[in-house]
Amino acid sequence: MQAKRVTFPGRILPALLLLPQLAITAVFFLWPSAEALWQSLRREDAFGTRSEFVGLDNFRQLFADPAYLASFSTTLVFSASVALLSLALGLLFAVLTERVGRGRALYQSLLIWPYAVAPALAALMWSFLFDPSIGPVAKLLGRLGLPWNHQVNGGQALILIVIASTWKQVSYNFLFFVAGLAAIPRSLLEAAAIDAASPWRTFWTIVFPLLAPTSFFLLVVNIVYAFFDTFGVVHATTQGGPAQATTTLVYKVFRDGFVGLDLGGSAAQSVVLLAIVIALTAVQFRFVERRVHY
Amino acid sequence: MAGVTLDAVRKVYPGGVEAVRGVSLDVQNGSFCVLVGPSGCGKSTLLRMVAGLETISSGTVRIGARVVNDLEPAGRDIAMVFQNYALYPHMSVYENMAYGLRNRGTPKAEIAARVAEAARILAVEPYLQRRPRELSGGQRQRVAMGRAIVRQPQVFLFDEPLSNLDAKLRVQMRVEIKRLQKSLGVTSLYVTHDQVEAMTLSDQLVVLNGGLVEQAGPPTELYRRPATRFVAGFLGSPGMNFIAGTAAEGGTIRIGDLTWPAPVGAAARPGTAVELGLRPEDLRVADDGEPALPFTVEFAEELGASRLVHGRIAGSAAAVQLPAEAAPLLGTVPVTARAEAVHLFDAETGRRL
Repeated sequence: MQAKRVTFPGRILPALLLLPQLAITAVFFLWPSAEALWQSLRREDAFGTRSEFVGLDNFRQLFADPAYLASFSTTLVFSASVALLSLALGLLFAVLTERVGRGRALYQSLLIWPYAVAPALAALMWSFLFDPSIGPVAKLLGRLGLPWNHQVNGGQALILIVIASTWKQVSYNFLFFVAGLAAIPRSLLEAAAIDAASPWRTFWTIVFPLLAPTSFFLLVVNIVYAFFDTFGVVHATTQGGPAQATTTLVYKVFRDGFVGLDLGGSAAQSVVLLAIVIALTAVQFRFVERRVHY
Repeated sequence: MAGVTLDAVRKVYPGGVEAVRGVSLDVQNGSFCVLVGPSGCGKSTLLRMVAGLETISSGTVRIGARVVNDLEPAGRDIAMVFQNYALYPHMSVYENMAYGLRNRGTPKAEIAARVAEAARILAVEPYLQRRPRELSGGQRQRVAMGRAIVRQPQVFLFDEPLSNLDAKLRVQMRVEIKRLQKSLGVTSLYVTHDQVEAMTLSDQLVVLNGGLVEQAGPPTELYRRPATRFVAGFLGSPGMNFIAGTAAEGGTIRIGDLTWPAPVGAAARPGTAVELGLRPEDLRVADDGEPALPFTVEFAEELGASRLVHGRIAGSAAAVQLPAEAAPLLGTVPVTARAEAVHLFDAETGRRL
C-alpha cells in the first residue's frame, strides 16, 4: 500500500509526538518483558532475599512438568472453543439482526452490552447461574438428567469458563460483523439473486468470502483474547480448579508466581507465552492473510 | 426471446412516497428501449421492478406472455448490468461469468463453452483468470456485460452502466453496447440520465418525469415533435431555447412588443400564456422580410465543428448554433427558423400546442 508521507520541518517535533506512545510501550511492555526475560534465567530462594543465575534451568523444569503440559492442552482446547464459538455466534447474530426490519437498532445495542460488563462481574454472574446448589441453570440441567457441578467436574468447569468468556466476546465479534455486512454492496446481493443463488448459497459463496478479512482479523483478536485476557473470568469462576482442570497458561503464571512465589518459573512461563503470541500472530499474518484478501 | 409489457405499474414505498405513478409501456421483442429522466423520476425503480428487485405495488409486468409480478429475480429470465458493475470481487472473471450458470446447474462443459464465447465477443479472453480489481473500468464493464450474455436471457436490463466511466470510454462503450445488442437481438431496457446516451442507443425512447411517462416513441420523433415542454427541454444538447409569450388573434404570438406568426397547426386560444421553443441548431440569421426575433449577442463558444453563440432573445437567455465558418455575429441580429422547427407549448400545462 502506498501511504502519504508527511514531512516535518525538524526532528524535535516528530520525536515529541512519538514520545508518549513510546514511553507507554517502554514502561508497560519493554521493561516488564526484559525483567521477565532476566528473571526467567534466575532462581530466588524461598525468602526472596537472594537470587542466582541458573541459565535455562527454569525452562527445562517447565517442560518436564506434567502439570504445565496439561495446562498447555487445557489452554488449546479452551482458546479454540472460545474463538470458534464467539466467532460463529457473533456472525449468526449479525446476520440475523440484519434481517430484522423494525427495532434493529435496539437488538444491536442489546447484543453489544455484554462487552461493557467487567470480566469479573460476567464471570460471577455465570457462576451464580450454574451454581450447583442455587443456580437456576444447574437446577434445570439436573432436572433434565444432566447433573451439573463444576466445582467437582473438571470438564464442566472448562465448559463454564468457555461459556463465560464466549459470552463476553460475542458482542465484540458481533459489532465487527455488523460493520462487515454493512460494507457489502447491496448490488452484489442483488446480482446474486438474479444469478439464481439461494439465500443459503449467497451467504456461503458471496457474503462469507467477502467477510473473510473481518473474520481473519477477529480470529487473531479472539485467540489473543482467549489466551491472555481471560484471567479475570477464570479467577472469578473456578480459580483454575477443580484439580487444575481450568488452569490456563496465563492463570498458571499468576498462580505459580504470586501464589506459589516461584518467580523464576513464572517468568519462564511468561516468556513462553510471549513467544507463543509472537509466533501465532506471525503465522497468521504470513500465511493466512494473503489468502483472505481479495 | 420476448418483449416486455408494463401495464399501469405503480410503486408506493412504505413511507407513502409514490416513485412510479402508473406507467404503461410496450417494449417490442428485440428492441432497445431507453428510460431517461432526471434523478428521482422513477426510472431506476421501474427497471428494478422489472428485474424483481423491487415489489410492484399495483399493475402488471409481463415478460413475453408471462406475468412476472410474483416471480423471484432468478425466475424471470433476465440479466442485469449494474451501475457499479456488481462484480464479485473475490472471484476471477471466469468465475464471475460462470456463477449464474453454475447456480442453475448448467453442465460444466457448456459453461466453459458459453464463457469462452462471451469472452471472445467482449474481448476479455486475456483476463479470465484475473480478479475484478486488477481490471480497468472499461474491462470491468465488459465483464459485467459478459456475465449478462452468458446466461442468454430473454431481456437485458441496464442500470446506468456507463456513468462510472470517463467521457471518452463512455462513448466507446456506448457504441459497443449498441453493436452487441443489435447482433444478439435481445430485448433491452436501459436506464440513464444522459440524454445523449438515450438518443443514440434507443429504438424506443421513454422520457419519465415525476413517476409518469412524459412521452414514448422513436428518439427522432421525440426530438422533432416533443409532446411536452419537459421533453423538449430535456432532449438536445445544447438545450432548446424557450421564449415566453401570449397567444394573440390570427394565430400570432406576442412576445413583449414583438409579434411572431404562430407555428403551423397551432391552435391556441388568444390570451393563453405560451412558450415558444426553438432549438439552437434550427436558428439562423434572417433575411430581410422574414418573420424574425432580435437576438442580442453576448459571447460565442467555439465547438470545433460549429460555433455556439450565446445571447438573449426578448430578455430570455438563448443560444444559436452556427457553422464554424459563418461570419461572427455582433450586436443585435434578426434570427429565424423554419416553420416546422418552431415548437409552441402551453405555459401552464406544458403541453404542445
